[in-house]
Amino acid sequence: MEAALLVRYEWRVAAVRYAGDTELVQALRDGEEAAFAYLVDSFGASMQRVAALYVRDRAVVQEVVQDTWLAVLRGIDRFESRSSLRTWLFSILVNIAKTRGVRESRSVPFASIADDPESRQESVPADRFLGDDSAWPGHWAATALPEWDRPLERLLSGELRTLISAAITQLPEMQRRVVSLRDIEGWSAGEVCNVLELSETNQRVLLHRARSRLRDVIDRSGILEN
Amino acid sequence: MSESEITCKDLVELVTDYLDDRMPAEQRLRFEEHIAFCSPCAVYLEQMRQTISVTGALREEDLDQESRDAMLSVFKDFWR
Repeated sequence: MEAALLVRYEWRVAAVRYAGDTELVQALRDGEEAAFAYLVDSFGASMQRVAALYVRDRAVVQEVVQDTWLAVLRGIDRFESRSSLRTWLFSILVNIAKTRGVRESRSVPFASIADDPESRQESVPADRFLGDDSAWPGHWAATALPEWDRPLERLLSGELRTLISAAITQLPEMQRRVVSLRDIEGWSAGEVCNVLELSETNQRVLLHRARSRLRDVIDRSGILEN
Repeated sequence: MSESEITCKDLVELVTDYLDDRMPAEQRLRFEEHIAFCSPCAVYLEQMRQTISVTGALREEDLDQESRDAMLSVFKDFWR
């Protein structure tokens, strides 16, 4: 069997065996290698992406992930099921990544744009709406908004993929983290709040700004016009 | 924002609250009423949903073999 297929197969077997956190945590405490491999195959790729939200250098990303695994093994005896194992693991990762990110930023600064969730920021430029002196203040100035043409199919072409990736990179860092965790990693709002230590409101404001910005970038590019 | 109506300009700021189901029932009703009658806003909401799905489709699932081996070695070293 091909190596990747074998990993897939082993992962499925493990997914049944370690169906709940309780079983998985016990197996890790007992030093079962299959349980650890299951964690690696479930979260390893995601951990690399999340670490990259804090540190740039590829080698540092790897170090953050390695340090996280070691901290997980050392700390598993003290893990209490107040949060899910996944939330716990990613909280450790983010803490390590933050520390390394600060150290790294002294040499290679991350382009960081100030972003205050308290400040106002429009999702759509104000001139796209009718003014207070019109009969319909606050309504769209244009009567029609052109629909997008099959965005998911267009993603395969690469142009849209490049555009969105670049737009995410250019977001202010907290927006970039929140939208990546919510929409790329697929985390729930609650999980993002826990791991990033954000209030529910701030999480939503940051997510809204990021998504609105990405929509605007796609719209302006004209890539999805018919 | 008036008590009875959401303008288009208000609506675009409420989309994330709406999609995350974080709206009082009454506001949700007004939001849905607006969408039902305003075609540009319906298109806008759909574009936000499409933005979310194309962003989600950027995820690359595979862990390269070298990284995987490095991660597994942490376990072996720990239990040695």
